[in-house]
Amino acid sequence: MAATGIQSSDIRKRRNPIADFFIRLIKEKPLGLIGLIIVITLLLAGIFSEWLAPYGYNQIILSDRLDGPSVKHLLGCDNLGRDLLSRIIFGARISMIVAIAGSAISTAISFMVGAISGFIGGKYDMTVQRFVDAWMCFPPLVLYLIVMSILGPGLMQVIIVLGVSMGLGGGARVTRSAVIRIKEDVYFEAARAIGVPTWTIMMRHVLPNILPIMIIGFSTGLGGFILAEASLSFLGFGIPPPVPSWGGMLSGTGRQYMLQAPWMALWPGVALAVVVYGVNMLGDAVRDLFDPRLRGGLGRFGGLAGHQEKLEKLVQKKKAEAEKQRASLRS
Amino acid sequence: MIIPTLFLITILVFLLVRFVPGDVIDMMLAQMSEQSGMGAELTADYLRAAMGLDQPLLKQYGIWMGFLPNPLEGDQFLGVVQGYLGESLWKNKPVLTELIERLPISIELGLIAMITGWALAMPIGIYSALRQDTTWDYLGRSFAIVMLSVPGFWLATMVIVYPSIWWSWTPSLEYIPFLKNPGGNLLQFLLPGFLMGTNMSGGLMRMVRTMVLEVMRQDYIRTAWSKGLNERTVIIRHALKNALMPVVTIAGMMLPSLIAGSVIMEQIFCLPGVGRLTFEALTQRDYPIISGINLVMATTVLFCNLLTDITYAWMDPRVQYR
Repeated sequence: MAATGIQSSDIRKRRNPIADFFIRLIKEKPLGLIGLIIVITLLLAGIFSEWLAPYGYNQIILSDRLDGPSVKHLLGCDNLGRDLLSRIIFGARISMIVAIAGSAISTAISFMVGAISGFIGGKYDMTVQRFVDAWMCFPPLVLYLIVMSILGPGLMQVIIVLGVSMGLGGGARVTRSAVIRIKEDVYFEAARAIGVPTWTIMMRHVLPNILPIMIIGFSTGLGGFILAEASLSFLGFGIPPPVPSWGGMLSGTGRQYMLQAPWMALWPGVALAVVVYGVNMLGDAVRDLFDPRLRGGLGRFGGLAGHQEKLEKLVQKKKAEAEKQRASLRS
Repeated sequence: MIIPTLFLITILVFLLVRFVPGDVIDMMLAQMSEQSGMGAELTADYLRAAMGLDQPLLKQYGIWMGFLPNPLEGDQFLGVVQGYLGESLWKNKPVLTELIERLPISIELGLIAMITGWALAMPIGIYSALRQDTTWDYLGRSFAIVMLSVPGFWLATMVIVYPSIWWSWTPSLEYIPFLKNPGGNLLQFLLPGFLMGTNMSGGLMRMVRTMVLEVMRQDYIRTAWSKGLNERTVIIRHALKNALMPVVTIAGMMLPSLIAGSVIMEQIFCLPGVGRLTFEALTQRDYPIISGINLVMATTVLFCNLLTDITYAWMDPRVQYR
């Protein structure tokens, strides 16, 4: 070991937090890496749908109605003669937009409601918390369905409904408790004591400290948004028909043809399951890498097994050395 | 704590439906005159009056809650407080009667789902935690992750589509009442209930696993091992007893997802339960029914949470009630 204890490579490693994050993701979380690959595929498919899809999402080729998988249509055609692969690729765009926009709105709302409620505290906090309590008593899907039936179907409505109600629910709770914990810290009291304006405390001291929790909330929420949108569209309250949503493709007129064309029921669901799996895996990895509570907690315990092995090897090596020394002394 | 929350729930239920915009009233008019055969008497004003929308907001709430006389019911005090949830716009039937008729179906489905969910999650979760990082652990965790990612409605669609193609077998999609044919009724509920339960077991299994893992690292478990107790005693008497207590709270929190699952499963398997009633009421825009269901559900969830808290305090001597 070097005399200084710290080596130049250690310092270089910590320079860029984003690069550091990716290096740790690859090294420590193989499942998270698979998730990342799936998420990148989703993003590429969503952004470049027009170029990737062999046909338009609503391009009807009547002669190919209900055609099975073939070279012309890799995943087959639906009952109107629309290419399934193209529709799934365009569906990726919907899932991508809903997940990212919904989760962003939800994170923003959970910050606005939760952080401010925790920050102000007192009677205001009490009132807001009772509201959140009441809000969380409603079964989420039923709530979405009701609001969607009032607002009418559409992409914008889905994003707002999902974002707002998820943000008010669990997200606000988590942010609030984090802010309350920060309020007890010394640096917070110090900032208060020297008269830093509230807004500055909020932005300079509170926000950076709850940022990891908000990032975790954002990334672990993504899968839920994709599933919720799919469920809504499946029930006919989400994205209206000609636009392909994976949930919507499994419902409606498509359902009537599923016995003749089972691929119609299979592929959108496979796409949905794979993407949600990937997003969840990435979210879990992000949580494990970001969560300050887990840093060195469970991880250290897991690492102990490895250390013990090393330790045992070292002990054996020392024993062998001692044995040798003894042998040489004897001779 | 519970009274103000209950009060806020009624306000939220009330407001949710009260925000119905004008064009929805028009849509309801078009839908209703098409289907109900009512003639000239069916106007926007009539519909507003039938829903009590012609009163000022605060008064509407008072009437709905039963604090003020209800002009629709002959100026009687009839509202939520008296156990009256209004009348369906379509069927001339009190909402509560309709709800009570449908409730047993949803409860049956929910019970089967819950039993399946726990029956899968408990053994897999516990075994997975006790044999951490073995092949079985990885298999169990993969199962949980797959169940978390696969949407329930797709699983159900697959179960309907593929067996009928391969073995030309389809689950019955017509409701069999329990009193007519108990065996057939149970068989019919088994499949959707089992699917719901399997789908839920992923999340449950992960929680059970985490709890058991956490407890297995406690000092008292190490003490139990070093006392020379056998594995069976350590696990059953010392570990599980402590690990499964927080899991009880999860059982209470499952209710909302159970309700959500039943909306989808009842729709797919054509079971006339509360979930399907919600769906029908939503497509028909029968808002009194929606308010009623919403209120009953939210209140049930609230009391379920309370019950969970009490059970937890009763089971865990460390938790003290103020």
